[in-house]
Amino acid sequence: MSDTLTQPDLEGDESEVVYVDDSPGFGGTLAIIFFAVLATLAVPLLTYLMLNAGFNFLADKDLPPWAIGLAAILVGTVGTFALFTIVDYAIKLLPHNIGERVRPYAWAGPAMVIVGIFLLYPAIDTVRISFMNATSTEYIGFENYVYVFTDPASLRSLRNTLGWVFIVPIVCVGIGLGFAVLADRLQRTESFAKSMIFLPMAISFIGAGIVWRFVYSFRIEGTGEQIGVLNAMWTSLGNAPVDWLRLAGWNNIFLMIVMVWLQTGFAMVILSAAIKGVPGDILEAARIDGATEIQVFWRVVVPSIMSSIVVVYTTMMIQALKVFDIVWVMTGGQAGTEVIAERMIRQMFTFRDFGRGAAVATFMFLAIVPIMILNIRRFREEEAQR
Amino acid sequence: MSATTPTTTEAETPTKLKPSKEGGVSNPATLWVIRIIVLAIVLIWLVPAIGLLITSLRDQAAITSSGWWTVFTSIGDFSQWTLDNYNQVLTSQGFDSAFINTMVVAVPATIMPITIATFAAYAFSWMEFRGRTAMFITIIGLMAVPLQVALIPLLKLYGGFDFDVSFLAPVYQFFINLNPNVDVSIETVRTGLTIDLNGKFLGLWLAHTGFGLPLAIYLLRNYIGSLPSELIESARIDGADHFATFTRLILPLSVPALASFAIFQFLWVFNDYLVALVFLSTNPGNDVLTIALNKLNGSNGESWYLLTAGAFISMIVPMIVFFSLQRFFVRGMTAGAVKG
Repeated sequence: MSDTLTQPDLEGDESEVVYVDDSPGFGGTLAIIFFAVLATLAVPLLTYLMLNAGFNFLADKDLPPWAIGLAAILVGTVGTFALFTIVDYAIKLLPHNIGERVRPYAWAGPAMVIVGIFLLYPAIDTVRISFMNATSTEYIGFENYVYVFTDPASLRSLRNTLGWVFIVPIVCVGIGLGFAVLADRLQRTESFAKSMIFLPMAISFIGAGIVWRFVYSFRIEGTGEQIGVLNAMWTSLGNAPVDWLRLAGWNNIFLMIVMVWLQTGFAMVILSAAIKGVPGDILEAARIDGATEIQVFWRVVVPSIMSSIVVVYTTMMIQALKVFDIVWVMTGGQAGTEVIAERMIRQMFTFRDFGRGAAVATFMFLAIVPIMILNIRRFREEEAQR
Repeated sequence: MSATTPTTTEAETPTKLKPSKEGGVSNPATLWVIRIIVLAIVLIWLVPAIGLLITSLRDQAAITSSGWWTVFTSIGDFSQWTLDNYNQVLTSQGFDSAFINTMVVAVPATIMPITIATFAAYAFSWMEFRGRTAMFITIIGLMAVPLQVALIPLLKLYGGFDFDVSFLAPVYQFFINLNPNVDVSIETVRTGLTIDLNGKFLGLWLAHTGFGLPLAIYLLRNYIGSLPSELIESARIDGADHFATFTRLILPLSVPALASFAIFQFLWVFNDYLVALVFLSTNPGNDVLTIALNKLNGSNGESWYLLTAGAFISMIVPMIVFFSLQRFFVRGMTAGAVKG
């Protein structure tokens, strides 16, 4: 004990607990609560203050952008770890029985504080804002929700999103599963072929949007050669060029293709791993019983990997429900291609109506909850089986 | 019937542990059909990206006068090839600073959540404390929350905030009345914090840290919690405290899990458009690549020589990560698909 007290005292006076050995007692408990709260807040608060001060300091200097960037990266990366180290050192200065009880909060607490500020509080506040007017100055009841379910553009976005949620997952899982089964039969080229399908997962939705806008690009007949692949093929068949992204109804399908291009790799990798996990003797037994390859696939392989299919399917449903960037960059929600996430940002930025934006966000959240629960339950079963 | 007998295909691949799995491919003709189908799908998947790459390297006039596929028949025509598009998009369209900005956003927004999550994951795995389960479940429960629900409140928070604390008015009135020279009537009292994070990198780092933490904690706790407890105990017996155990034992052992999450988070932030749009758009000097690309798309929607080069610049880093760290990449991307 005396050792502890002779060391520099960073965290204030703790003489009240000097005489306690094992159990901290009442005063000790108070001290633990005090230090636990302090420790929980220490890292997030210090991180914020340190980074904020760092940025303000750098902003005043006349440095080239890359130098400021490098300094920012250094402070941002090394800083957080350094703060954890300092706080842990400070805890070591506390009496042992108190420090040991405080430490977990210094380690786990910052995550809790940050998640609380950046997810928990906003999620609750969004629901509150969704019952308020555009500038969040007064409560207007369910008016924003009425708007979401009556405004023509908003209704179109609901219809389109429903289309996304049902079409994209089924196409992705279909192609992914088919490709996984076929590639599984190849030996040398399997991993190469699979990585090519997975490749689009690396790039941004915005980048993919540009890639596909170019594929769909259109020139009015007679103003020059078609430089978009799709129109070049289409016109070579003797048809007039088509502005695919303005082709009402179909343009939604053309946007969904981009999502399929991006996400099929995910379905394929998960399902491929699941297929490889199907025990060989079961397949063999089915074949000995005279099952054809197609029967083996539908009656043995598919049922054995059903849980993986459901996980992939529900995950893709959530992704499709949240689709935003693709629509935003390719059509901007014009020509009947609205989706709900795009409507939300549109309300928020273009119309500056936070109430309606929040109502759309809340609706989105509510729509995700059932899929999420299903997904988590399946995920747990998977984990339990491993 | 023939499917059950060993076939030549199997005989050729003795390295395969379960030869029965190839039992279905009994004749070479079927194998060729499969090869052709796979090749066709791969080609369909690659064509859009190849078209983009080729176009970005072609002269502006060549792009508009003929389709990119014509280069395969005129490959020797060197007059059509140029790097000028890249030069232009980097210098005159601000993609050079956008690239730097993207790195400045992405690197700390990757390391910060990892650092915080690893400490938390260790605490959740190997420390006993009150509220442990409740805290863990709260964090994990937030994993699939769509980040859209966080945007409006955070945008408001980043502008600073205040509360109405008018119930304190009598208290203020009391103190003011202590000074006989002042005669003011207090009716509303507001208090709050001045925060100015809109348009700043710091705001974006913190937001990405918050959005990335639940998944990071979930993945890392799964990993760190499954390390053998004998390891941690023997470290304790050797006199290591939690911090030493953490830095010398847990961190090195967790490298695969850390790398998978790091790659996922880095690419997620690198490719993110929505969060950057909401929190950075008030400051055009801080545009990241996705924002710059979308702006270019809006202002020069038919200038394919710029758009293709810009799009390719935004894909270079993800491509490098993909090809150099493919194993971690696949693991990270598949694990991260549940992120909100």
